[in-house]
Amino acid sequence: MSLELVCPAGSLPALKAAVDNGADCVYIGFRGNTNARAFAGLNFDLPAAGEAVRYAHARGKKVLLALNTYPQAATWQRWQQAVDHAAEAGVDAIILADAGLMRYACRTYPELRLHLSVQGSATNYEAINFYHEHFGIQRAVLPRVLSLTQVEQLLKHTPVEIELFGFGGLCVMVEGRCMLSSYVTGESPNTAGVCSPAKAVRWQQTRQGLESRLNGVLLDRYAASENAGYPTLCKGRFEVSGETYYAIEEPASLNTLELIPSMLHMGISAIKIEGRQRSPVYVEQVTRVWRAAIDSAMRNTENYAVDPAWMMQLNKLAEGQQNTLGAYHRPWK
Amino acid sequence: MEQFTFPKSIAGVVLLLPSFPPSWVFAKVLDLTLGRITGSLAPLHGKHIAIHVRDLGLYLYFTVDAGKFTPIHSVSVPDLSVSATLQDFYLLATRKEDPDTLFFSRRLMVDGDTELGLVAKNTLDALELPKFTPAMLAPKNVMAHMRSHLFKR
Repeated sequence: MSLELVCPAGSLPALKAAVDNGADCVYIGFRGNTNARAFAGLNFDLPAAGEAVRYAHARGKKVLLALNTYPQAATWQRWQQAVDHAAEAGVDAIILADAGLMRYACRTYPELRLHLSVQGSATNYEAINFYHEHFGIQRAVLPRVLSLTQVEQLLKHTPVEIELFGFGGLCVMVEGRCMLSSYVTGESPNTAGVCSPAKAVRWQQTRQGLESRLNGVLLDRYAASENAGYPTLCKGRFEVSGETYYAIEEPASLNTLELIPSMLHMGISAIKIEGRQRSPVYVEQVTRVWRAAIDSAMRNTENYAVDPAWMMQLNKLAEGQQNTLGAYHRPWK
Repeated sequence: MEQFTFPKSIAGVVLLLPSFPPSWVFAKVLDLTLGRITGSLAPLHGKHIAIHVRDLGLYLYFTVDAGKFTPIHSVSVPDLSVSATLQDFYLLATRKEDPDTLFFSRRLMVDGDTELGLVAKNTLDALELPKFTPAMLAPKNVMAHMRSHLFKR
């Protein structure tokens, strides 16, 4: 029985914080739009990725590399080169969403382990097994739309390892199929690697409150006492039929600490923490909590209980400052 | 950690003082701590940046180029403006608090060009230690740094 803790890193200090505080694997991305956290100044160039791999391997930990946007026809070389660089840096696996890239990777680097990204949007075992048969995918990250009962059912019908999201900001959960930001900015996570390109975002303090705008479109207006969220279209408040409210979803953070025993029991291989865009402090604090929780559940699954101090720490870091079990907990069928 | 803010009366007095002398000192401090990374802040080069220490009523204005940080006189609309209390700036500088966390809870405010803010945040996050410590600002360390600069020239 094992359950890998997979933590995010947008920089070397964040990677070191993850490794030093108990991550089994750290996932990173290259600079540029080959991954879904394409923010200015974030991520790793090739020398930094090599240093990340050396640091993690020297401590018996793994590095995974997210290459989970969809190559564009005019710049296919960029994605292909990212696969080459990943192999050169010696990462333990690459996390892919695009089938063409999978074919290139498995033909060119048969030894390189492939994971199916959540952006691949595979929610059933037939889709996952397809990727396994054709490209040798060894692990799949499930989109956050399945209930735990559905995950359990899926696990029974696939040889592919399953990784579940455990903690972090939630979105509308049509991962790999979300074009919402294209509507306002012409760029979407699949093509440009970001939900809200920073160049299109403006924050402005006005008399009515703090306003966030995306390409001029008002997303939200926060009163002085209200918590702010990331400036994405899905989390905005809009006027619908004379009423202003979260018309798509309310900002919330997934927190599945209480599900660890169930995940262990059903044979989940890894738990993923969201947040490559966050600072090393976030990575350090989240990793420490999840390491303690997983260790506690492994020692004694029967008597496992969520420590209120863990919840307090995670709630403080969460976007929207409220947490949910998301789709995992869905008693109705 | 308990949140600390200076009494409002202090901000009232500080607001009446000119901003250039503290901006000059602050630019020197930035040179001392971050002078080696000005090159990687390219998108910020030539931009007007304001730091607002909210509870002190203190505004600091500077710009940066490939070689150094330079104090500037106050500008009405900076390209990037960052505000927080002195304690929260300290927690950020010493990597004890996560900027997004402070942002969600409205303790950290960023106005202006969001991309510039991200460049600054991510570049600082990617810095390898040594961390900033108050000891770096001890007079003898500041003098040593200035001496080394003079010597180079």
